[in-house]
Amino acid sequence: MQLELRGITKRFGSFTANDQISLKVEPGQIHSLLGENGAGKSTLMNVLFGLLRPDEGEILIDGVVTSIDDSGVAVRHGIGMVHQHFMLVPVFTVAENVVLGFEPTKSLNRINYRQATDDIRHLSREFNLEVDPDAIIENLPVGLQQRVEIIKALSHDAELLILDEPTAVLTPQEIDALMEIMRSLAAAGKSILFITHKLKEVRAIADVITIIRQGHVVGTAEPTASEAELASMMVGRAVNLTVEKSPFHAGEDVLEIRDLVVLDDRGLIAVNGVSLDVRAGEVVALAGVQGNGQTEFVEAIVGMRKVQSGTITLRGRDITNLTPRQALDAGLGHIPEDRQRDGLVLSMSVADNLVLNTPRRVPFARHGTRNFSAISENASRLVQEFDIRTTSIQAPASSLSGGNQQKVIVARELSRSLEILIASQPTRGLDVGSIEYVHRQIVEHRNQGGGSLIVSSELDEVMALGDRIAVMYEGKISGIVNPSTSRESIGLLMAGTEMEPSGV
Amino acid sequence: MSDVAAAQPRRSLWARYTTSSPIVVTFYALVLGLIVGAVIISTTTPAVLDAWRALFHSWNGLPHAINITFDNVGAAYRAMFTGSIVDPQTFWHSLLSGKGWPNTLTPISETFTYATPLIIVSIGVGIAFQTGLFNIGANGQAVIGGIAGAAFGSMVHMPTVLHLPLTLAAGIAGGMICGAVPGLLKAYTGAHEVIVTLMFNYVTYAFLLFAVLSTPFQQPGQQNDIGRTMDPSAILAPLFGTTSGLRVSYGVVVAALVVVFAWWLIDRSSLGFDFRVTGANPSAARASGINAKTIIVTVFLISGGLAGLAGVVQVASTTHYIDGGFLIGEAGIGFTAITVALLGRNRPFGIVWASLLFAALGVGGRNMQAITGIPLDLATVIQSAIVLFVATPVLVKEIFRLRNAPTIGVQLATTGWGT
Repeated sequence: MQLELRGITKRFGSFTANDQISLKVEPGQIHSLLGENGAGKSTLMNVLFGLLRPDEGEILIDGVVTSIDDSGVAVRHGIGMVHQHFMLVPVFTVAENVVLGFEPTKSLNRINYRQATDDIRHLSREFNLEVDPDAIIENLPVGLQQRVEIIKALSHDAELLILDEPTAVLTPQEIDALMEIMRSLAAAGKSILFITHKLKEVRAIADVITIIRQGHVVGTAEPTASEAELASMMVGRAVNLTVEKSPFHAGEDVLEIRDLVVLDDRGLIAVNGVSLDVRAGEVVALAGVQGNGQTEFVEAIVGMRKVQSGTITLRGRDITNLTPRQALDAGLGHIPEDRQRDGLVLSMSVADNLVLNTPRRVPFARHGTRNFSAISENASRLVQEFDIRTTSIQAPASSLSGGNQQKVIVARELSRSLEILIASQPTRGLDVGSIEYVHRQIVEHRNQGGGSLIVSSELDEVMALGDRIAVMYEGKISGIVNPSTSRESIGLLMAGTEMEPSGV
Repeated sequence: MSDVAAAQPRRSLWARYTTSSPIVVTFYALVLGLIVGAVIISTTTPAVLDAWRALFHSWNGLPHAINITFDNVGAAYRAMFTGSIVDPQTFWHSLLSGKGWPNTLTPISETFTYATPLIIVSIGVGIAFQTGLFNIGANGQAVIGGIAGAAFGSMVHMPTVLHLPLTLAAGIAGGMICGAVPGLLKAYTGAHEVIVTLMFNYVTYAFLLFAVLSTPFQQPGQQNDIGRTMDPSAILAPLFGTTSGLRVSYGVVVAALVVVFAWWLIDRSSLGFDFRVTGANPSAARASGINAKTIIVTVFLISGGLAGLAGVVQVASTTHYIDGGFLIGEAGIGFTAITVALLGRNRPFGIVWASLLFAALGVGGRNMQAITGIPLDLATVIQSAIVLFVATPVLVKEIFRLRNAPTIGVQLATTGWGT
């Protein structure tokens, strides 16, 4: 199917989310829509899928002007959408989810599950989308759930698939698998609109790249364009993708962890005898595929999870099994993995969030009464210093973009006097500009002699930031290596191949 | 916060009434509640129904039907107003002649008398709500507070300067003890506070009956379920003196102090900040070093203490003794407090207005029943309808075609679409 958008404009009040956007998707083409968070990508897709009405412009399907009033019309015209957050019923089977709303029936209105299952098997074979039609959704890994969404769209005879940030929730292996699927779909003549802000993926898969920024199309690019070129078009200025670091001068040990054992929520051993040191002026990056105990490891250090055995020492002081409050007061800074769950109170103001874990410290409060002028001053200073884009320091944190929300947390933690910064997935889900910014702040902290422990499942981040890279596999450190080590070797460690610590 | 309000551009008066904000929505919910009440009055008054039924025979009766409808609804609401706030006629008379003031002020005095304990207990419930905790047991805590206060006020004798404060303190302590139990159970065993507090109400009712029928506390020479009468040194005296005949007591001063305390606690104090963080995002609260157990127990102590205070204020400002029916059924202010806190959006000043409104509807409803014969239950219907409309702001906005308030910043408009 050929799809053309001409001059699509969508306004929300005085804010123009899409301004005269035109683009053309050819049959069998993977067309990438690249833009930062908040650039207007999802708005455009919602217009295309009939969830929003454009204020101006027209949509042409195979050269015919078509008005798409609701998603039903979109589906009838062969447009399928895979949302960023899946629209599946967790307790239903794959087959039940796929036929939901369009159930094939036998006599007496009974659902024909056999036909549904057969259809799924057929689609699976045709497009390499292996999945068991009888599996219950909630038991499937995220990557397979996404496959179900794709099958669902295909079962409605979609000729054009919209994939909205499909890789945000996937592991590297799942991303590879998804790309294979996208290629086979394109080979079968389906058109794909692939929405993302990840440059690597775009370059790997796209046939054509359209870049939008602040609601405008700023240009198109070939997949051969360099990441730096794409990034600068997307952000509107040159972006430094590598992290510049001064030579590394490690000081004395700040954080010493010895034989740490921590259990997960089910009571199983998640961290199994980990020993790790972090020195002053050093960034230790903890790499590893998600779910190998990193989360529990960090929670144990910051006092949110009980340590079974082993010790944690901060500048010679035993901080094992302190409460989160005591850990904070001891000088631990923590950028949590899930910023909206653990790092912020979204309904509260930016100013309140900036003192979230120090509300009782002078000058923010005296004798139990909060001092609003000090809190506001602090907020104004940090908003300026850390370039937090907000309309007001009293605006709720929910009104900020993801990148700026993360900046609030980074600002809050780095503005306290820290002995060590512990950051979990500090740039997950952030756009290029914000990633660059957060990395710079972490390096700045390091250059001033602070210790940092960065946990990340992004290999690029680990290699860019780490002065030493520790790799975690199944609750153990499988190796500690130099950042000059090849990606392949680190990949092997992540897969569990043991290696003698190289003593760096 | 006031800074946000100040940052917004000035809007015209019309825009202010047609743009949705919590206050505007609440006001329109009140209007809708009264309309619902009017419909019910019209459909349950025989005279009105007869007039409309007559239209089946002849359309000539239409003006009459409309008239009689408005007459009945008007009479009912007029009775409600004059019974709870002021009767304009006697007000003019008093103003011109300077006489009869006690009579003129009785309705408003009654409204305040009923509102006073309601304000105190609702603020306690509201503080718990803001922390994400549901204190459904405020009524039981108020009962225990009432018993403790009545017992201390009647069985211990000392001068007013000590007796009154200690009586109030006894009420607070009683409520605190009663609130601490569900708090501790929730914090240390995970028992759900809704179940525990709800069930605790029944425990307190049983205890109330036991107390008023047991020798030390039962009114001497009584076989019935009546407790001892409090000493004059322990009661909250009428604000304008006993001779005025106005029941409104120094309880309003207590309530005012509670409002100021609650405002400081919620808006200004570090502890209140911890409460709100815990209520809005328990995970972030934990990560920020807030100890959930301490917070839960503290909130239940405060919430229970305020409920207990409301109980003792209720006794000490009205009957001065308690009986087996204390705060039971219609008088269960601890349950009304849940809806009042909702209507007042858990804010101290919002709760003051909501309590006054509910008290006025109750007091005025009694006058309406006396004058027009429309049952008092209508007041409850209106109260419930108002809360229902407040709880469904989308409906209210749709009915009155309210525009959404301008969003703060651009991002709000876009985040909803999952960019």
